[in-house]
This record gives sequence, C-alpha cells and structure tokens, in this order.
Amino acid sequence: MIHFKKKPRVAFFDFACCEGCQLSVLEMEEKLLDLLSHVEVVEWREVMSEKSDEYDIAFCEGSITRKRDVERIQSIRERAETLVSLGACASISCHNALKNRWPMKEVVEMVYGDSGGHIDTIPARPVSDVVPVDYQIRGCPVSLPEFETVFKHILTGQSYDPPNQPVCVECKLNDTLCVYEKGMVCLGPVTRCGCNAVCTAYGDACQGCRGLIDEANTEAPARVLFREDLHPIMAEVARKNPLTRKEILAKFTVYNDTSEPDEEEESSDDNA
Amino acid sequence: MTTHNSIAVHHVTRIEGHGDITAEIKDGTLEQVRFSVVEAPRFFEAFLRGHHHHEVTHMASRICGICAVSHKCAALKATEAALGVDISDQTRLLRRLAYHGEVLSSHILHIYFLAGPDFFDVPSVFPLVDQDREMVRRAMRLKNLGYDLSKVVAGRHTHPIAMVAGGFTFVHQAENLEAMKDRIAEGLNDLQDTIRTLQGIDLPDLERETEYVSLTHPDRYAFYDGEILSSDRDEPVSPDRYREVIEEYAVDYSTAKYARWNRPEYMTGALARFNNNYGQLTDGAKTAAEDLGLTHPCHKPFTNTIAQVVECVHCLEDARDLIDALVNGGIRPGREHENVKDRAGSGVGAVEAPRGILFHEYEYDEEGKCLSANMVIPTAQNLANLEADMRAYVPVIAEESKETITHRLEMLVRAYDPCISCSTHVIDLRK
Repeated sequence: MIHFKKKPRVAFFDFACCEGCQLSVLEMEEKLLDLLSHVEVVEWREVMSEKSDEYDIAFCEGSITRKRDVERIQSIRERAETLVSLGACASISCHNALKNRWPMKEVVEMVYGDSGGHIDTIPARPVSDVVPVDYQIRGCPVSLPEFETVFKHILTGQSYDPPNQPVCVECKLNDTLCVYEKGMVCLGPVTRCGCNAVCTAYGDACQGCRGLIDEANTEAPARVLFREDLHPIMAEVARKNPLTRKEILAKFTVYNDTSEPDEEEESSDDNA
Repeated sequence: MTTHNSIAVHHVTRIEGHGDITAEIKDGTLEQVRFSVVEAPRFFEAFLRGHHHHEVTHMASRICGICAVSHKCAALKATEAALGVDISDQTRLLRRLAYHGEVLSSHILHIYFLAGPDFFDVPSVFPLVDQDREMVRRAMRLKNLGYDLSKVVAGRHTHPIAMVAGGFTFVHQAENLEAMKDRIAEGLNDLQDTIRTLQGIDLPDLERETEYVSLTHPDRYAFYDGEILSSDRDEPVSPDRYREVIEEYAVDYSTAKYARWNRPEYMTGALARFNNNYGQLTDGAKTAAEDLGLTHPCHKPFTNTIAQVVECVHCLEDARDLIDALVNGGIRPGREHENVKDRAGSGVGAVEAPRGILFHEYEYDEEGKCLSANMVIPTAQNLANLEADMRAYVPVIAEESKETITHRLEMLVRAYDPCISCSTHVIDLRK
C-alpha cells in the first residue's frame, strides 16, 4: 500500500463499457468536490481536455476486448502506483464476456455481416485477468458510498476487500421481503452484497452484478427447485418459472460468464 | 506560399465515447475531413441472442450510462410490441417522467461539463470549481435533479431497476412524487440562472440548412412516443417502417456506415426536435428560447447546445404536470405489472434519446427468447451530417491557426453531443 507524501495525481480511463460508473461519480456533488480537493485530477477524457502520462492512481472502467487495449492497460499499469478496477465491466466483465460463447469471427459476422473485416476484437476479460489490480469497486453501476470508502482507503494507504457476504444479508437488514416469497428466481443468495440490495428493494430480483461470493454453491438454487419434497415457497417459484436446470445456471452468466476465453482465437486486426 | 494543415485529434475529449477527427486542408481548401468512431465494439446484438426478454430488457439499459432510460424504454417498447402487451396509462406517465429526468441530466452534463468549458475558455469544469463554485454546484444540482426524477420512478437512473415489460416492479407513494415538485421549482430557478450565464457567450457562427429528423406526436413534444418525421416531408411514418425510410450507405473512406432519408445526410437531436416540434414546447421553454436568442426554425448546428437548454425547461415544466396527472389520477403504489406471456413475435421501439432518434428491434421465439436484435443509435445517424457541417465550416476558418481550426472542429463535434460508448455497432440496417 502506498502512503502519498504529496497530493496524488489521479487519472480515469475507460475501455469497453457504458461509462455509467464514472458518470455516476458526478452524482456525489459536494462530496466529490471534497474528495477531489485531496488529489490532483490529471486525466479524465470524458470531462477534461488535459491528458497526462504521469499519474499515481488510475481508475479503470470497462473490459479488455481488443489487442491494443491489452497494451494500453499494461502501459497504464506500468505508470500507476495504484490501479483500481471501477465497476462490473472492469472487475468481472459484466455482459461483455457473453460474446465469448462464440468464436470472435462469428460474433463480428452476426453484427457487421461481411463488412466487419476491420474489427479488432478478442474475448472480453476483466482488467484483473490482464494486469494486477490493487482495488476493486464492483457493481453495475458502482455504489457511491463504496466508491467513497475505497477512495479514502487508497488515500490513507489501507487495503480494501469487496464485501463477500450474499445480498440476502442486506435484504434482511432492509426488511425487504424475500424475492423467492414473491415467486421469482433471485441470485441474491450467491451474489456479493455491498449494493444495499437496491434492486430487490425496488421489486426486482438480484441479477448478480457484483459477482459471486467466494465458494458460492451455484448448484444450490437449481437443486432447491428440483428436489422431490419441494418447500411450498419453492414449489410456487418452480410453478411460476418453468425453467430447466441449465436455464437456471445460465442466469449466472449474465454478469459472471467465467467460461475460459479461447486464447487460440484468431482476431482480425485493424492496424490501428 | 502553399499552406498545408493536417489536423488529427486522437480521442476527442469531453464527449461520451471514443472518436477521432482527421482533416487535410491545403491552401485554405478542405481536401478531406472525417470523424471516426474508434470505440471498442461490444456486440450487444450478438450476445443478447438466446436470452429471455426479461434479461434482454435488463441488459439493454447497459448499452449506455447516459441514456440508460432511453435504451431501456426503446427495449421495453419493442419487446411489448413483439409480445402484444398493453401498458396502463399510469405506466406510460411514469415512463415519460423518468424520461424527462434523463433528458435533463444528459443535457446538463453536456451543457456544463462537456461543451461548457469551451464557452468559459477552460479545459474542463475543474478550474471552475475555484473560479465559480456556485455555477459548478448549480450544474451538479440540476444533473442530480434529473437523476432523482428517474430515481423516484425507477429506483436509479443508471441503470433503471423497476421498469419492466408490462409495467413496474415497484411504484412509490403519491407523496414521494409530490416531494419532487419543490425541487422542480428550484431546478427551474437554476435554469433561469443557466440562461443568464449563457446569454453572454459567443458561439461560432455556422449556418447550414439540412434535413431534420425526429419523432413527432399529435398531443405533445415527442420524447417517449411518436412517429418518425422529416422536415422534408409533410406526413410522419410509423416507427415499424424505420428500415424502409432510413437507408444505410457506405462511404469509401470510413468503416462506419452512414444514414440518409431524403437527402445525403440528416440531423437528429435537440435542434431537430426544436425545429420539427417547436409549437408543442411549454410556454416557459418558448420564453427560454426567446431569452437565448434561439429563433424557430434554426439551422445553426452550434446552437444544438442552446436547444438543449430550452428542452431542459420544457422537461421540468412538463414533469410537474406529469406528477400532477399521476397524483390526481390516484396513483396505485407497489407492483403494477401486467401479465406478460411469452410468445413468438417481433417488434420495434422508437424513442427520442437525448441525442436523437433511437431504434431497437427484437425478434423472440415462442419461449420469449431473443432470436435477433438490432439497434440504431442517434450518433450514427448524425455522422454524415456532422461531416457535411465540417466541410461547410472549414473554408470559413481555413485562415486561422492550426490550433484554432482544431479547437473549432472539436467544438463542432461536441455541439452534436456525440454518445458513442453505446457502440452496439455503428449502424447496420441489413434487411
């Protein structure tokens, strides 16, 4: 961990993503101005014209999906003392890795037809699969209280481990009715919390955007819906959601597609 | 003396997503200019295949962090059309309210944080924190008001939670909505201050009449719903026919495909909506246009940012009316979610995203799983018009220094408020 002797220089970078995480940081208003008064922001393409090759802390949003982005993130890693993966795309690939199910050539053809020869794309990976990451801020999008906490941890030289309890913990603390009791399938029991269970509070199920807890039993949600002596609540869930075991397990891939990208994959290069 | 200016801007700053400008100017004559999208493609149209519509509409908002509600609404409308689902009046009113929040927050981001620094001759908003902290606070307050209008409807702006096919998984009590009205009043005051701030600025002068394309609706200034209208035509066209009217074409110098309808290029976005639907703006918005010197119709692309200010006033005034309509109609809190049954079908959803007309189209199988997806984003539709403006503008500024030409071209790109991080693909209308 770094102890900064003078104001650390901060840069924001983005790769394949929606840029929603860096934008939601602007929601912090006065708090953001306070945080930024402790640092010097030297590059943030989305809101600044200045660029810099010298920085201490790099916030990186997005997944690595091109050969040239592998080189770019490696160069950022060499320059930055501290590298932070900002959001689900950077931390666990988010939806980007869903394309890894197909050979890249087929994916390009599906979207660009036969005019996609110039497209440079490789199987999507989170930043931590390419370079070492010092801090992770998970979520789609990131939660602002957690962004603030991590920012302070970095400035004060403390390490930070993303919460590793299931979302159910926060649902209970919030007194939110269990999603299964509403007859819906929810990934909360195996997904990391830290989001204050906001989706379930607004009536939706957890879709797993912060990634699986360590040693998650992903077979369990499927098993409790297929055993012979179904609990009445689970019987109702099974009746309302006539899913196969395979379909339930596929739900985990929406944010957490951990199938190994095929490194042998040929990608066309656009000579950029 | 022969002068030769090669302009190359790698990753134009203060826009949403990655784009490059290149221009070759010889002896004051423009030989070539282009704006290239260099965003990493994300392939939503490929990987959405096979997913159930509930996951499709969940993922669709993740196309864009700024226009999350627009993409969500386009996906919901297309999906509801495909599945034959009707929505209630309350759902429609709530979606329009969330929509106004998004237009406000997106426009404010552009007006103050992206385009704004050019008006105040600073490289970013950060120097203004010391120079004019109250203005930065005002910008953040307005942006958050937009977020919070979306949040009171959908739980979050980026990315909306409670909006699903058929309705809402959660609707707040009337008092939560009522509570937004005081903040809307504050926001309208902040917008008056915004207008005063912008009255003094000097925008580059470029006038070029073009074709303006937007949605239009018989009863209201169209954002959430309507039919496709061109300023070159009298009658609007149903969104279902978007592939018939909006034609893609390739150019030999760019890998991006371009869009045209009646002319080789058209403009979409705030200025196009202002030109096509001016009569339906609220009174306050019309007054704002007058105060800002924006007359109807307007053919000056740099004033797109000014048209956005006018739309901010419209959205807040209309949001107040929407809240009244919801509350007076006796809001039904909790879950309001029509029974959505899986079936085979396809459907188109068209909305006006903050940056212009946006199309989503999906085809589902009998289990409600996605067979194909197509999205056409506003920035792709604007590319040809942006380059036509650049060709018209460069001769006007050709005698300026290279730095000035570069800066002005960047300002022109920013005036369009390009949003290319979506980069689902640039444009692809294969039939």
